[in-house]
Amino acid sequence: MQFESLIFVSVIEQTMDHSCYHCGVECGNDRVIFEDKEFCCNGCKTVYEILSGNGLSGYYDLERNPGISPDIRADKFNFLDNPDLQQKLLDFDDGQLSIVNLYIPQMHCSSCIWVLENLHKLDHRVRSAQVNFPKKTARITFQNELGLKALVILLSTIGYEPHISLDDREENKGKADRSLIYKLGVAGFAFGNVMLLSFPEYFEIDEFWLNQYKPFFRAIMFCMSLPVVFYAASSYFTSAWKGLRAGILNIDVPIALGIAVLFLRSSWEIFTHTGQGFFDSLTGLVFFLLLGRYFQQRTYDYLSFERDYKSYFPIGVTRIGAGAKEEPVDIYKVKEGDRLLIRNEELIPADAILIRGEARVDYSFVTGESDPVKKVSGEQLFAGGKQMGAAIEVEVVKDVSQSYLTQLWSNEVFQTDKKTRFRDLTNTISKYFTIVILLIALVSGITWYVIDASKAIPVISAILIVACPCALALSAPFTLGNMLRIFGRKQFYLKDAQVIERMAAVGTVVFDKTGTITAGNSNEISYEGEALDPKEESLLRSTLRNSNHPLSRQLYEMLEPFDVLPLDRFNEYTGKGVEGVYGDTSVKAGSPDFVGSKPATTTAKTAVHIRVNKMYKGAYTFYNKYRSGMAQLFRKLKKHYDLALLSGDNDSERVNLEKLLPSGTQMFFNQKPNDKLEYISFHQKEGAKIMMVGDGLNDAGALQQSDVGVAIAENVNVFSPACDAILDAAKLEHLHSYLGAARSAVTIIKVSFILSFLYNIVGLYFAVTGALSPVVAAILMPVSSLSVVAFTTLATSWVGKKLK
Amino acid sequence: MSVIYILITVSLIVAVIFFVAFVMAVRGGQYDDSYTPGVRMLFEDELIPDERDTKQSDPSNNNQ
Repeated sequence: MQFESLIFVSVIEQTMDHSCYHCGVECGNDRVIFEDKEFCCNGCKTVYEILSGNGLSGYYDLERNPGISPDIRADKFNFLDNPDLQQKLLDFDDGQLSIVNLYIPQMHCSSCIWVLENLHKLDHRVRSAQVNFPKKTARITFQNELGLKALVILLSTIGYEPHISLDDREENKGKADRSLIYKLGVAGFAFGNVMLLSFPEYFEIDEFWLNQYKPFFRAIMFCMSLPVVFYAASSYFTSAWKGLRAGILNIDVPIALGIAVLFLRSSWEIFTHTGQGFFDSLTGLVFFLLLGRYFQQRTYDYLSFERDYKSYFPIGVTRIGAGAKEEPVDIYKVKEGDRLLIRNEELIPADAILIRGEARVDYSFVTGESDPVKKVSGEQLFAGGKQMGAAIEVEVVKDVSQSYLTQLWSNEVFQTDKKTRFRDLTNTISKYFTIVILLIALVSGITWYVIDASKAIPVISAILIVACPCALALSAPFTLGNMLRIFGRKQFYLKDAQVIERMAAVGTVVFDKTGTITAGNSNEISYEGEALDPKEESLLRSTLRNSNHPLSRQLYEMLEPFDVLPLDRFNEYTGKGVEGVYGDTSVKAGSPDFVGSKPATTTAKTAVHIRVNKMYKGAYTFYNKYRSGMAQLFRKLKKHYDLALLSGDNDSERVNLEKLLPSGTQMFFNQKPNDKLEYISFHQKEGAKIMMVGDGLNDAGALQQSDVGVAIAENVNVFSPACDAILDAAKLEHLHSYLGAARSAVTIIKVSFILSFLYNIVGLYFAVTGALSPVVAAILMPVSSLSVVAFTTLATSWVGKKLK
Repeated sequence: MSVIYILITVSLIVAVIFFVAFVMAVRGGQYDDSYTPGVRMLFEDELIPDERDTKQSDPSNNNQ
């Protein structure tokens, strides 16, 4: 029975499959047929035409429906005509050829790589293009006669619009830091070779052949360990020194001490011909430690966790100069009193006064309010809003960096590094560890001095060598590094490994409302009042069809499809509503005043009121649509955490939220970005560890101030503000299990600490009794390190398996 | 001079050559992007620009 229904479902799916050949989106009624293929819009068809016309139809062979629907507004890139800005974006320019590195967030599959690297087939003036997929960038070499603007437009027409923001003009396009890979190479090279050279002495101590070559072998080992100690391990010494100067005994202190003692004692042994030294242990130790660091460091290149408003702001705007001349200008050159032209979907870069045109400003990523705000000339517009509709003219009243939104970033919380505020587990333990080891060394040193004075120094050095917390230092990097990767596979991307430890310490979870627990812009609509008969509903739908107002569009989509009636008369009254007449019936839809009837209760909710002929019928009310699984998530979170909600919206949703959230959840409405930050910091002063879950720039301050800031993203490649973690919106309902996994990870670290203490006790036994030979050290160190690595890897994978 | 000195010297020189090759590879950016080159080598680049690929089947129509 189940099997049959499965087949049935698949048949339906196949016959209903009208997905766009280019982008895979379900084609609506207005689909475009071209060369027997269906496209969802003309844009997709055009991209297909361009690609197949240039012999690039292989794009569609590599992956199914790989394309991106293009969004072309030719005047969007006018600022690239400004030669100053061009020079800031180009990596290289010799007058003939230019090289530019463009960030293309839409890149998502191998077809994308293929078509971008074949860009020269679309325009011969493009010389070559090289994609870096993990970073989602393309390095394009092109002839100057093409021009940067034309290149960017070319990319946009095939759906790969580069993201050019204020961030790109900063000069820090520095090379990637490769020093860790070099250090790893040096340590690995020395480790392998020193191991080979030290091996013979482990087996034959007093043999003629060996005795003859011993000094030669030892000299080579000494030479090889020099770059390891002074180059590869240098970061441990500097970190230990920094820690000591700040009065902290961090984990690098015993490590640096161990490395230094290993090197000094080994050198002393070979120069006095008293032994072969511990060079293999020394190089192996550094190699394993660096390996742990490398493992922990590899994160997500293409996600940026450091974004501020600069990533959102355009690099240039259109200024209206003398004589009404439009000129593209660098955004930092915009001064008070300048007149700017803001086109449809362009951002208002600074606080300004509206001079001409009708502004409908979408402040969704400043305040979280999703409905555009209407403004008439003379009113003030705040920076960060996006104009929706026809172009407007504004006069700037404040510089870009002084504006309402951008001021948030001058708060001191953006200058401090969260990492230094948090003492992680390893460094907490290392404080006691170091003190205990130094005590043991001192006591056994004194004891041996009494028994046999000549053995005191070797015993002290042996203790410091054996106690070098290699396994201890590897526990956290491997556990957290592996956990980081497991979370990444579940679309939960963390900035660095330390975030996991901070997650485990969290006691309060604070949520933003709009865009976080509600889904984007979609609303749920419910009707209250006298029911409309089918004829009336059909007339209403036909009337709404003619209107472009967002509420009309949403309501139109929601109503049952009927045949479209040819209206006798249609009128749209801006800001009020719409009116349609068919035969002897007329329908009015819009605000209460327009419809001509006062509703019984005035709520703050968005509603469209309906009147048919002369009768008031009722109202369609728009509710926020909550993401699925929210009620369950809150219930599960409530068991372990305090919950709170901070919303930039008004409190019209309070009743719904009270149903959704467990009782005792604090709710705050009309919160400005700075209020959210203050709320978090106030509770932190009371000792709370807070996780903030939010989206949008209005949460940026709170995300930064909180102990763990999680940004919710519908699409992780789209921009999210500075945060510690980016979570795919669809996975928000599993947040509690991720928090649980973080706590498990910390438990795993603690268990592996115990494991490595056991190894240390065994080692200390040899050291204190004065029996630590190089061969024991050479076995003990790798065995302890490898077993700890194996344990943490297996344990975290086991935890990861249970995650959804 | 014993042969062991020559052997070890030679083996070290070989090792150093490999080490230098590694450093050059890092410097050349080979470790910056470990994903794209692997995909790139799978592309076939024998496309002829003038010929339109009309035989291509529409994935939405291939339910026989």
